[in-house]
Amino acid sequence: MITTLLTGISVGGQYALIAIGYTMVYGILRLINFAHGDVFMVSGMMLIWFVSSTPITIAVPLIIVVTVVLGFLIERAAYLPLRNAPRMSAMISAIGVSYLLQNVITYLTGGQPMTYPTIPLLAKTVGIFGTKQTMATIVTLPMVIVLVISLSFLINHTKVGMAMRAVSKDFETSRLMGIKINNVISVTFIIGSALAAVGSVLYFSNYSKIVAVSGALPGLKAFVAAVFGGIGSIPGAVIGAFIIGICENLIKATPYSVFSDAFTFAILVVVLIFRPTGIFGEKTVDKV
Amino acid sequence: MNDLNKKNSLKSTIIVIACVLAFWGLLLLIENFNLIVPGGPKLFNPTSKLFMVLRKVIVYCLIAVSMNLLNGFTGLFSLGHAGFMLFGAYTFAILTTPVSLKVPADGIFYKYGGSVVHFSLQEAFQAIFGTSPAGERISLILGVLVALIISGAVAAVFAYLIGLPVLRLKSDYLAIATLGFAEIIRTIFQCEVIQLPGGGELVLGKLTNGANMIKGFPTLNSFNIIGENGKTALYLSTVVPAIIVTACIAIIVLLINSTYGRSFKAIRDDEIAAEAMGINLAKHKILSFCVSAFFAGVGGALYAMFATTYQAKPFTSVLTYEILLIVVIGGIGSVTGSCIGSFLYIACSEWWLRFLDEPMFIGNFQVPLLKDGFRMVVFSVVIMIVVLFFRKGIMGTKELPDLFKKKKNKTKGKVNSNAG
Repeated sequence: MITTLLTGISVGGQYALIAIGYTMVYGILRLINFAHGDVFMVSGMMLIWFVSSTPITIAVPLIIVVTVVLGFLIERAAYLPLRNAPRMSAMISAIGVSYLLQNVITYLTGGQPMTYPTIPLLAKTVGIFGTKQTMATIVTLPMVIVLVISLSFLINHTKVGMAMRAVSKDFETSRLMGIKINNVISVTFIIGSALAAVGSVLYFSNYSKIVAVSGALPGLKAFVAAVFGGIGSIPGAVIGAFIIGICENLIKATPYSVFSDAFTFAILVVVLIFRPTGIFGEKTVDKV
Repeated sequence: MNDLNKKNSLKSTIIVIACVLAFWGLLLLIENFNLIVPGGPKLFNPTSKLFMVLRKVIVYCLIAVSMNLLNGFTGLFSLGHAGFMLFGAYTFAILTTPVSLKVPADGIFYKYGGSVVHFSLQEAFQAIFGTSPAGERISLILGVLVALIISGAVAAVFAYLIGLPVLRLKSDYLAIATLGFAEIIRTIFQCEVIQLPGGGELVLGKLTNGANMIKGFPTLNSFNIIGENGKTALYLSTVVPAIIVTACIAIIVLLINSTYGRSFKAIRDDEIAAEAMGINLAKHKILSFCVSAFFAGVGGALYAMFATTYQAKPFTSVLTYEILLIVVIGGIGSVTGSCIGSFLYIACSEWWLRFLDEPMFIGNFQVPLLKDGFRMVVFSVVIMIVVLFFRKGIMGTKELPDLFKKKKNKTKGKVNSNAG
């Protein structure tokens, strides 16, 4: 039971790191970044390639940098040209990017599952509450807490954070106020990608192999978490991710384990029907 | 004005019917070309790549058009098509797999001791029409047709149940919720046993064969007429699905051009204004959702016939994305565009770009990058270019008859395509 709970918390934390990327982008652009899960997967693949030539202490910071660059480039290439297009176009473009990333990775790996390296520091087992856990399970929670606190500091107490809040409140007005919208959006993508890279190290260290579609399911679940907590709200996304991670692992321990993924989506549908803006979401009113 | 409109719409109808008939004739001709002229081009062999592509295109046309009805004409951004296709395909496979294959404990349902469905439609019809060659033929065709309709109906019923809660959501939330439902449906179809809370268990595998393959049901090749010497006398495996799909698309087009269709477009253009004009939003949305699901179900069943075996595993969101990309390439809001889009998409990915997957040599120089999977990379780059720079797709919102109009009739053409 304790093992299930601890795994749940750790998986929840990993979802939280991805979910923040979704929720921040949605908060500002009103765009579901379908490619985010694939960016997460690419970052996992990168680690495999970097580890073969560099020591792990260099490889991990390196993949964070590369993932950030990737996120930035995707935004510039695929979303920037569609800034004034209908929302559906941007979403289709996001789906296209996701398709592209999956196909590129399939091409590069030849469609073979790649073995994820064991990171000695994260694979070490330690005893906690009378159970044996890997380090990855233990460090996730404090790491997420630290990252979220620093992120909320960034958003609430810095100039760029203020700009982000302004842009997410009102796109047009903040542009009139002299905020460089494109820079703010790039920063959002950079933060989201960096967190996804950190998440990918923690998430994939639990799995031995990854393939080109490995990012799709965690991506979708993290998105569900973001919606659950109220999309656009960072604390909401984190809490939603923890709830989903824990519930999923509790279900996996019952005879209904095949439905653990279905349950996530069932939560999504129920939340959307009864509280469309999520737990912490702001209520929006459509003006005619 | 009215007269002019009528005359123009009559002209468009004639053009469309002529094109469709010409297409059928051409298909029939090239498929049987090698029967008429022995030793004709290899390309016209019924087993060649051309026909594989054509059959797949025909099936995808229907699925793409059904998605376009929802996404392009009603403005409901739904990503649940893989789920509806699954319903259709499974219903079809369960209803038409011959009894001799599915009931015995060592048949394809061997893991579950045989299927619970103790009949198959075409065999049920054989009881009426007899087992003479002609009787068998009639019962096969009737069985398949009835099974297709039931497949669509099952998909539509589930779409209704899903739509009741889901259609209250807007744009991206709707997309995500339908995507979620499609995943749930897939999980359920792959699931073998559900433990009931009371301690009993529901063996779903007896109906769906769990995650295993279903095979042996009629395929597109069953439409071919076998002569007395055991050789194929007439190839119909591409024409028959083409006729079925055209009939389905015709129904969708008629719906789009009816009062309902105009309401759908009004909802797409401005939901609030449409409601103010007295259009019942909930009713029209669910109608569009169910009709779309119906034809996606029929499309799924045809897809099963095309693929000859069936399994839930590949029906992930990627399949829905593919269909969405087809709709986008063809033009959101154009039925003709969806058909052209499916042709280009399937032909490129299955046929024209195949050479990119093979290593190529020019003299002694090996062209770099070419290896397995490169085709899909090039292909997705092309798609991104279309999505980014040709946002209207190939056809925009134009239809087939609009292509035959001269430029100066442009405004008239617009009136026309709305009026049908």
